[in-house]
Amino acid sequence: MRSTRIAVYLLVTVLTAIYLLPLLVVALNSLRTTQEIFANGMIGLPRALSFGNFADAWSGLCIAEHCTGIRSYMLNSFLMTLPATILSTFFGALLGYAISLWRFRGDLWVFGLITLGVFLPEQMKLVPWVLVLRDLGLYNSVGGLILIHVVQGISFTTLFCRNYYIGIPPELVKAARIDGAGFFRIFWRIVLPLSPPILIVTIIWQFTGIWNEYLYGVTFASGEHQPVTAALIALAVTVSEAPQYGVQSAAVLIAAAPTLFVYLLGGKYFMRGLTAGAVK
Amino acid sequence: MTGVRRRLDAALPLLAIWVPVLISIVYVVGFTLYTVWISFTPSTLLPDYGWVGLRNYSAILATRNWQIAANNMAIYGFCFLLLTTALGLSLAVLIDQKLRGENVFRTIFLYPLAVSFVVTGVVWGWLLNPGIGIQKLVVGLGWTDFRFDWLVDRDRALYCIVLAGAWQASGFAMALFLAGLRSVDADLMKAAQIDGAGPLRTYRRVILPSIWPIFIAVFVILLQFAIKTFDLAMALTGGGPGIATVLPSIVVYDFMFQRGLLGRGSAAAVLLLLMLLAVLLPYAVFRRWQHVRNARNA
Repeated sequence: MRSTRIAVYLLVTVLTAIYLLPLLVVALNSLRTTQEIFANGMIGLPRALSFGNFADAWSGLCIAEHCTGIRSYMLNSFLMTLPATILSTFFGALLGYAISLWRFRGDLWVFGLITLGVFLPEQMKLVPWVLVLRDLGLYNSVGGLILIHVVQGISFTTLFCRNYYIGIPPELVKAARIDGAGFFRIFWRIVLPLSPPILIVTIIWQFTGIWNEYLYGVTFASGEHQPVTAALIALAVTVSEAPQYGVQSAAVLIAAAPTLFVYLLGGKYFMRGLTAGAVK
Repeated sequence: MTGVRRRLDAALPLLAIWVPVLISIVYVVGFTLYTVWISFTPSTLLPDYGWVGLRNYSAILATRNWQIAANNMAIYGFCFLLLTTALGLSLAVLIDQKLRGENVFRTIFLYPLAVSFVVTGVVWGWLLNPGIGIQKLVVGLGWTDFRFDWLVDRDRALYCIVLAGAWQASGFAMALFLAGLRSVDADLMKAAQIDGAGPLRTYRRVILPSIWPIFIAVFVILLQFAIKTFDLAMALTGGGPGIATVLPSIVVYDFMFQRGLLGRGSAAAVLLLLMLLAVLLPYAVFRRWQHVRNARNA
């Protein structure tokens, strides 16, 4: 019995090491020089710590023709992700409330249709978005990407919020309506104060999903307007002749840090949105 | 004044509901129908509303890119499903042994899901690169004949995407399986133990069969995940070497934006959607059946 326990712990430890390996390798290489990585390979301990990689990655690295590091791409990603997360969560909460508690004619049909959007592949929406963004003058701009992620996000957030709100007793809303409270008053005073758990789940998943998205970023933005995911791939192409593994590792680590941070901070909530969120 | 105010009060909720609802419906239904329509037109760089019937479809299906992509999809889908499920289930069973520090392990196995596919692809690209990655490490340790160069091997590069994909998604499968294992009736397990079944036997004969609906859910989610794979392949292999690892999603992007053939690209996108429906529709029917059966039993 005792030996099985030890075997279980051994196995789990080995697996843990395998799952951590990529993160560990990137973290260690962000502190090594490219020459050292060339000589000794990617997997190894730093001989001497060189923190210069981070400064280089942040503001000196050449991506396509711009040698300004990933700073501006990180900024694009934040400028895209934060508003899109907040707006899509707000609309999702509003619609989820309207469908589950306020109720209106045809609400279940509306819910069914909207949540179909969760399953549709992005490839089906590329051509229509090209036309819509061009007509709105939002092509190749962070504003266009915000619009895309808000509209796309409403499907997810409505699904999340509606499934949470059907757990709120409808009598609460009915009683308030009899007292003369309107749509928004009930939303602000009754529904939102009950919402923090689901809003945190929604915000975490929207933030992670939008930050990590690549196809829209590379299709609808080019050059210096791209989010950081697209910049990472452009970077790999730019340096393919003479890779700069140390600096690139630092860039990868910086680009991955926001979502990893959110995950570590809100792991419990991340788990709760798992099934619905993974369908993306 | 009060009349206007009152009318505004009545109209505002309707606006707040119907504006986003209409935008969403246009997005879900309108965008889909539009892409389907474009797939029947001769559109190239710009939409062109003529009609060519199924010509785009027959053209796409006849291209080498699509044939390789479809073949890759089948292999990748199958291997990814198998490896990810096996890893996820093993992790779940291990964690289910009342481990000390369970939360830490769970957090570690699940963190890849919070990282973007682009990051996963780039990093695994380094690890699998024979010149600097795992092969270099093992050769440096003294096994000078050791070769692990799948990434640059036409016939094996696809399995690199499988490896990276399984690393990223197995934590998710683990979480679903773990939730299932934790919901198994404790009496059932006790009965099996009293009958003298060892732990492995108990899992195989009693516990795993009782959570079969979770297997189906995991399969469906992983498959639709595989069908949508794009970023990971772009970051890891870029479809190469040559076009050895193209996937249907890459063919769509290639035809739409690199060759400027919107009609062909849309036809490929519709084919991608059909693959997805082939997985999701049976699952929807299954869920419906489950629902009806549960309602009858209750």
